[in-house]
Amino acid sequence: MFTAFLIKYAEIGIKGKNRYLFEDALIRQIKYALKKCEGKFLIHKTQGRIFIDAESAFDFDEVVDHLKTVFGIAGICPVIVTEDEGFEQLTATVIKYLEDMYRGKEKTFKVQARRTRKNYPKDSLEINRDMGEAILKALPNMKVDVHNPDIMLNIEIREKIYIYSEIIPGPGGMPVGTGGKAMLLLSGGIDSPVAGYMIAKRGVKIDAVYFHAPPYTSDRAKQKVVDLARLVSRYTGPIYLHVINFTDIQMYIYEQCPHEELTIIMRRYMMRIAEHIAKETECLGLITGESIGQVASQTMNSLIATNEVCELPVYRPLIGFDKQEIVEVSEKIGTYETSILPFEDCCTIFVAKHPVTKPNVNVIRRHERNLEEKIEELVKTALETDELIIVE
Amino acid sequence: MEIYLDNSATTRVFPEVADLMKKIMCEDYGNPSSLHRKGISAENQVRYAKETMAKLLKVQEKEIYFTSGGTEADNLAIIGCALANQRRGKHLITTRIEHPAVLQTMQHLEELGFSVTYLPVDGSGRIRLGDLEQAIGPDTILVSIMHTNNEIGSLQPIEEAGRLIKQINPQILFHVDAVQGFGKARIHPKKMNIDLLSISSHKVHGPKGVGVLYVGERVKIQPIAFGGGQQMGLRSGTENVPGYVGMARACEMLYEHFEEDRIRLQELKRYFIQGLLKMEDVQINGLVDGDVSGTGTATHIVSASFLGVRSEVLLHTLEDAGVYVSAGSACSSHKPQPSATLKAVGVDKAVLESTIRFSFSVFTTREEIDYTLQVLYDRIPMLRRFTRR
Repeated sequence: MFTAFLIKYAEIGIKGKNRYLFEDALIRQIKYALKKCEGKFLIHKTQGRIFIDAESAFDFDEVVDHLKTVFGIAGICPVIVTEDEGFEQLTATVIKYLEDMYRGKEKTFKVQARRTRKNYPKDSLEINRDMGEAILKALPNMKVDVHNPDIMLNIEIREKIYIYSEIIPGPGGMPVGTGGKAMLLLSGGIDSPVAGYMIAKRGVKIDAVYFHAPPYTSDRAKQKVVDLARLVSRYTGPIYLHVINFTDIQMYIYEQCPHEELTIIMRRYMMRIAEHIAKETECLGLITGESIGQVASQTMNSLIATNEVCELPVYRPLIGFDKQEIVEVSEKIGTYETSILPFEDCCTIFVAKHPVTKPNVNVIRRHERNLEEKIEELVKTALETDELIIVE
Repeated sequence: MEIYLDNSATTRVFPEVADLMKKIMCEDYGNPSSLHRKGISAENQVRYAKETMAKLLKVQEKEIYFTSGGTEADNLAIIGCALANQRRGKHLITTRIEHPAVLQTMQHLEELGFSVTYLPVDGSGRIRLGDLEQAIGPDTILVSIMHTNNEIGSLQPIEEAGRLIKQINPQILFHVDAVQGFGKARIHPKKMNIDLLSISSHKVHGPKGVGVLYVGERVKIQPIAFGGGQQMGLRSGTENVPGYVGMARACEMLYEHFEEDRIRLQELKRYFIQGLLKMEDVQINGLVDGDVSGTGTATHIVSASFLGVRSEVLLHTLEDAGVYVSAGSACSSHKPQPSATLKAVGVDKAVLESTIRFSFSVFTTREEIDYTLQVLYDRIPMLRRFTRR
């Protein structure tokens, strides 16, 4: 019965003169999401609202699922669109709609009419009053409550007439692309995809970097990361995934530095490499899935050590999250099941039994000097062999 | 360079077989059950496939049933016989090192009220006939033993087991899972007292998704899936004509050079083991009495443990050099749990985690073996330097 959707957006409303930028970005993201759905849609902006008109048959659930991945959407209202064939006909349509939607349940309602076509014979207040009366007469289970109704029945008189009452919650946030771009350090774990999702929700476009270590990590582990990037890209749009071969760097650190510091020093090089690519690709920050104290390399002391090698800000949206909270989000966005597939990533393969939890930055720096001879060359090679995968 | 030494996982289809199948799919695409000419010509193709398989196994055509592969053949044999014969008893016997297609099926039957004895194996991965004899009781109805183990290539004493079972009670049915053994060793069910035999096509250069279950004519068995009554009602479903013909042709081709290939592979295995043992801390699993010539084991499987190297890492190292192998058994690689076979033969954990399976086919050459050995000689020392401290 629905042939259109009204898109409600939240924070865009307060963006003042830049508002059109946000709206245009939102429309772009909606178009991108709907491209994957069956059917043809016309998306238009009128008087501060975005309408999606279906121009062919479509799958309602599929469209709603896809719209729920578009940041910036606060609510999705399924809309009945009808021609103007007089008020009586409109009353019949509205009553049938209410019957179909609420099937005789006890509900309170309020009619809220809006007229953008001023030559309509009744004004908004008259529509509210007359329609309310007709509903009360036709549907004995409906009661009026103008302050706190269960059903806010919206009737908008435009060229055609739009009727809607339900709001399906959207993901909120801001449209991707309005907030610049950042580089996500994507591992195969649970946290990093969630971190990417959360920053993207603030309108930030995401690129990603993955460190793999053949033959210690397999092509399946890499495929898993590509799969995760693809799941995140449902929300963020296309992701440019940089795959860096980290084996030689890791081996060199393993040989030259104390084993308990391997992970920290490795992380420092990952951050350096990620920042290098970030700067080259005009990213304005790095994103990690770190959470204080989760593992040895994520204690506050360790974070000092991994943070100091970067100039760009490092965004850590999960910093105050418990594991369970992270898992909940990953289940919600659909990355959890892929994240827990059992492939080793390069952080786990040579991990020490008792890695340092309170590294001293000066000591770390001193030990890193053991790498002076070859490390620059190795990093250079790693950057040169960057494999770019465009995930969408 | 591509050296495929994972032939126990699956094999490359003979190009001639692929061509033949394509021709059937595009030309003889009829349904054998149709009454018109197209149906009859497809039916003739199925007849050719049955005739061929019957000839190679030296059995009757009506004793050949095509399935969707080894797993279905095992399921049909075990469940079909267990259910059809449960009035005589509810005891089944198998071994601890069977493929999951047998083990999981047995566990399913346990849930249905059957009791199952799992025979242990010795250090070379073989059952002891004494254990089998002891396990057989008055209500035993079925014994299922694999011909060739898929992980370490141990051969079971099938002939002796068959004789023993029938001596004790001729009514007990004997099922043999020959998915790894068929095409490598001569298997003649009638001579070996085998009542049911499972074979898979894709292990012998045929297409995937096809298998055969031989069912001796006097065996009491019931279907496990129901439908249009094809294949005498035991295995309903429209016949996979190109698959059956492809399998039959592949087997036929394999049998053309059977003896030469067998001798050549056995020599290749001996040579490979010798080459492996030139390295330090390498252990070959499943040898009979430590015989490094590999006598008494499958000609095409070498299970080797490289101490101090994790098998997955070595696998990817070999992959990097173009050599494809398995870590343990390919079928079990989806779950990161230690191999049941290796555990059953008493291999300890450190060895278990460093075990690689090399498996040969008729395509495998001496040059490929030399190359593989060279890669191992070159890379193992480096891999041993970088291990978890």
